[in-house]
Amino acid sequence: MISILKRDILLSIRSGSGFTLSLSFFFLIIILIPLAIGPENTKLQSITPGILWISALLSCLLSLDRMFQSDFEDGTLEAFLLAPVPLEGIVFAKAIAHWLTTGLAITLVAPIIGFLYGFDQSTSLWMFLALLVGTPSLSFIGAFGASITIGLKRGSLLLPVLIMPFFIPTLIFGSQTVWQASTGLQMINSFLFTAGVSAFVISLMPFAAALAINSALK
Amino acid sequence: MSIWNYANPTLFMSLSKRILPTTTVITLVLIITGTCWGFFLTPNDYQQGSSVKIIFLHVPAALIAINSWFVMLISSLIWLIRRHHISALVAKAAAPIGLTMTLVAIITGMIWGQQMWGTYWAWDPRLTSFLILLLFYIGYQTLWRAVENPDVAADLTSILCLVGTIFAILSRYAVNFWSQGLHQGASLSLDKEEHIHDSFSNPLYICMIGFVFLFITLLLVRTRTEVLKRQIDSIERRKGYFNA
Repeated sequence: MISILKRDILLSIRSGSGFTLSLSFFFLIIILIPLAIGPENTKLQSITPGILWISALLSCLLSLDRMFQSDFEDGTLEAFLLAPVPLEGIVFAKAIAHWLTTGLAITLVAPIIGFLYGFDQSTSLWMFLALLVGTPSLSFIGAFGASITIGLKRGSLLLPVLIMPFFIPTLIFGSQTVWQASTGLQMINSFLFTAGVSAFVISLMPFAAALAINSALK
Repeated sequence: MSIWNYANPTLFMSLSKRILPTTTVITLVLIITGTCWGFFLTPNDYQQGSSVKIIFLHVPAALIAINSWFVMLISSLIWLIRRHHISALVAKAAAPIGLTMTLVAIITGMIWGQQMWGTYWAWDPRLTSFLILLLFYIGYQTLWRAVENPDVAADLTSILCLVGTIFAILSRYAVNFWSQGLHQGASLSLDKEEHIHDSFSNPLYICMIGFVFLFITLLLVRTRTEVLKRQIDSIERRKGYFNA
């Protein structure tokens, strides 16, 4: 599992597809929004929680279709089936690798965004924490979506349509956390809900994805 | 004879052929009685006027919209566990009905909302969760259409349906958290006191049962169509094999 994790991280960094692409995509959205909305900080701050999560979600989607697709095309996935690690473990490792290269990267730059949009320190901190516990669920739900569209002709187009509704709970709780933090409300409940959704998704999705991969490879 | 015998396509076809006329008649009688009673023989509400009568379409449609997904869930489970083809086809057949009923519920709700709340749409938890349900139906059907091998398609859509159910329920309660609504709570209930007068609830019950029968009838017709389509496909394939 560790070796799959390492392999996937290296692949995404060296092939120049996943890592830099999603991060720059995320940054681009974050920078384009003020240009479209206007530069007043108050206006920006009221929509930032939503913008933040929507752009995290989109940049996560961007690299999802490659999660299993390239391994499926060159037969690596079938070789994984023969490995001593159960398929669930492989899905888990690949989802973690995806999270480390997209979700975590986005989380780490979140304080910079707080600074750009003129938030105070505690809001930036909560932004960071909410993304830290919330983005894993994006990657794991994404792993499920990627596994279900393996081998489909228009899989990469189908994937967002299938998977977007699944992001709703994370999106709601995550942006509520940031919104409540920015307006000085009690944010701990939404934060715990975000974490709860993530924990649930992490424990459920590898099994569902393994089931889907098994039937797709049959 | 166990119920699983009807997983045999031939038996299913003969049984469904026998009961279809009956369910069709029951559907027609119940829906015509229910809507006529509801539309013409009930008094106008003292606040809402006659616009309240759209309830006789709105509530049954919403009922079927949710329960159709429930039928898909159960038949997906049966497909995954016992691999009966009929079950997978039932799930496939139920999806468009559920989608349509969701749309009917949303549209009738919008018309009613325009009268009562002065707006067609509000980001209310109930309204939003129906919109989310619509998204799930669309995703499910898109997946059926995208996969070529019918068995793989049945597998993948079943898994999507199972996982989707969890997320649909999760989203349903997440939106409660997100906004306070305009929509009233449940008016009908099996165990609590009801907030609806008898003169309205009786025709409403008839309409609801009528819609359940409508659902059963449509489901049988659509499943029969799917079975026939499957048979035609296999005949065509055999023909192609012999010609080659």
